[in-house]
Amino acid sequence: MGQVRRVLREPLGAFGLALVVLVVVMSIFAGLLTQYDPAGLSPRDRFLDPSTTHLLGTDQLGRDLFSRVLFGGRIALYVALVSTAISLAAGIVLGLIAGYGPRWLDNVMILLFDALKSFPTVMLALALVTLTGPSLTAVMVVVIIVNVPGYARIIRTQTIALKSSEFVMAAQSMGASTARILRVHILPNVIGPIVILASMDIPVVIAIEAGMSFLGLGVRPPTPSWGSILNDGFANIRETPWIAIAGGLPIIVTTLGFTFLGETLRDIFDPRLKGR
Amino acid sequence: MLAYAAKRLGLSVVIVSVAMALLFCMIYLIPGDPASVALGPRASEAMKEALRVRMGLDQPVWTQFWNFYSSAWRGDFGNEVLSGRPVIEVVLQQLPYTLALIVGGITWSVGLGIPLGCWAAVKRGSFADRVVGVLSVAVIAVPSFVVAIYALLIFAVSLRWLPAIGAGEPGHLGDQLIHLILPSLAVGLGWVGYIARMVRASMLEVLEAPHIRTARAFGLPDALVTYRYALTIAILPTVTLLGIGIGQMLSSAVFAEIVFARPGVGRLVYDAILTRNFPVVTGAVLVTTAFFVLVNLIADLVIGALDPRVRSSF
Repeated sequence: MGQVRRVLREPLGAFGLALVVLVVVMSIFAGLLTQYDPAGLSPRDRFLDPSTTHLLGTDQLGRDLFSRVLFGGRIALYVALVSTAISLAAGIVLGLIAGYGPRWLDNVMILLFDALKSFPTVMLALALVTLTGPSLTAVMVVVIIVNVPGYARIIRTQTIALKSSEFVMAAQSMGASTARILRVHILPNVIGPIVILASMDIPVVIAIEAGMSFLGLGVRPPTPSWGSILNDGFANIRETPWIAIAGGLPIIVTTLGFTFLGETLRDIFDPRLKGR
Repeated sequence: MLAYAAKRLGLSVVIVSVAMALLFCMIYLIPGDPASVALGPRASEAMKEALRVRMGLDQPVWTQFWNFYSSAWRGDFGNEVLSGRPVIEVVLQQLPYTLALIVGGITWSVGLGIPLGCWAAVKRGSFADRVVGVLSVAVIAVPSFVVAIYALLIFAVSLRWLPAIGAGEPGHLGDQLIHLILPSLAVGLGWVGYIARMVRASMLEVLEAPHIRTARAFGLPDALVTYRYALTIAILPTVTLLGIGIGQMLSSAVFAEIVFARPGVGRLVYDAILTRNFPVVTGAVLVTTAFFVLVNLIADLVIGALDPRVRSSF
């Protein structure tokens, strides 16, 4: 509880936490907060202005934008959490192998990580999605490919630093297996900072999902995503600007919330990472 | 310096060739083959088979890999499916538009970021410093395509101050620059934040340095010490940061080109996806990747030339 209080004492952290809680609660209880089906067509109600019945108005197919924004939040959070968790797990395993394994393997892996990082993210995403066709899975695969090298590099650097420390050498001399040394002695010492850094990547992942859906390469219609709402808004930006506003606002609120919260958490838990 | 440059160049060549190999592996491993993508869902099996043979996809994987690899190094990424023009020509024709956009983005980010970061460092701990800090984080967080859409909505659609679409009249520089303002803002805004933070942090470090204290002790004017002696050193890390930034700006450029209907590599790739022109997509990915690696090489060489410590630690 002490940590939560420390976050709340920072104005920016408290603000970020409030935004994150707001987004999470609204996504979880989306079904209770709106009476409209996010994919329900209603041709008579096309392009309605925001009003008390339709809080954010309706789009070109008469779908209620508020309910699309709420359900779009589920997609954004799902993609962000699942792909971050997978990238984190893969990054930790690969980083431990590169850091603790033989020198040649380390060199090969570093080269692969650097090569992967040299692709411009969106370009790579476009190339892969062309082959697989648009889908959320494709977006998640891209996110994982893009994130893993960064996490693995950080874990590797820390593992190398710990490898020659006294407690690891003591464990080695007592005959502990490599698996045990990695699990019991190294992992607990390297996992903290990487989890914080990964949590700071959540807004980036949300932006990638929204961006791919904006290009029509993420979720398939009629599934609501903030990016696809933004795309509908872009197509009708001259006549009905509120659709674009409705699509962009949740993206801004969510990315700001997670970023403010992440920055505060990092400053509290690991001041060494400041400025990263 | 020469040894450092040679080593760094060698590393870049290795990274580009590994990236090529990785791209080939990803294309090969991912379900879906380029021949079916090119022909669309209604093509018959016989047509697909014929195209597969023509594209060399029926050959053993090692032969395919070698063909891809050796021709990519020669700059041959195959031909466009529809017109038959060499892909490299099509991509290079669009590259200048994207480069203009990125230079515009750098102008925004450096032009706003360095003064803001410097100002925040000088006024350390003040209210202004806090505001710059929060704003920096905020602009970093918001994705470039949201900035692009909102900028389009505010400055082009509502206020009508700036043009909404296109790259401007060819040959008319002023018109082209006016068309560049909003798209390059979308590309560069996030980097205003990164650069402001970086300059602030390195400025604070430099302001504590002995030579700055000496300059002050000699009674030199404050402005001279801050801008002439401290800032010229404090902006050095910005060069490395921009090297990385250009990679992300290449990604943002895709969105800016689509939102503002500008020509460019991003637009080219997007259209190529819609027309299932797969060779153009891979060609553009490889060209932009090589460009990004080249930019990082130049950034490292610049830093290496300015800072001997970097050279010796490599």
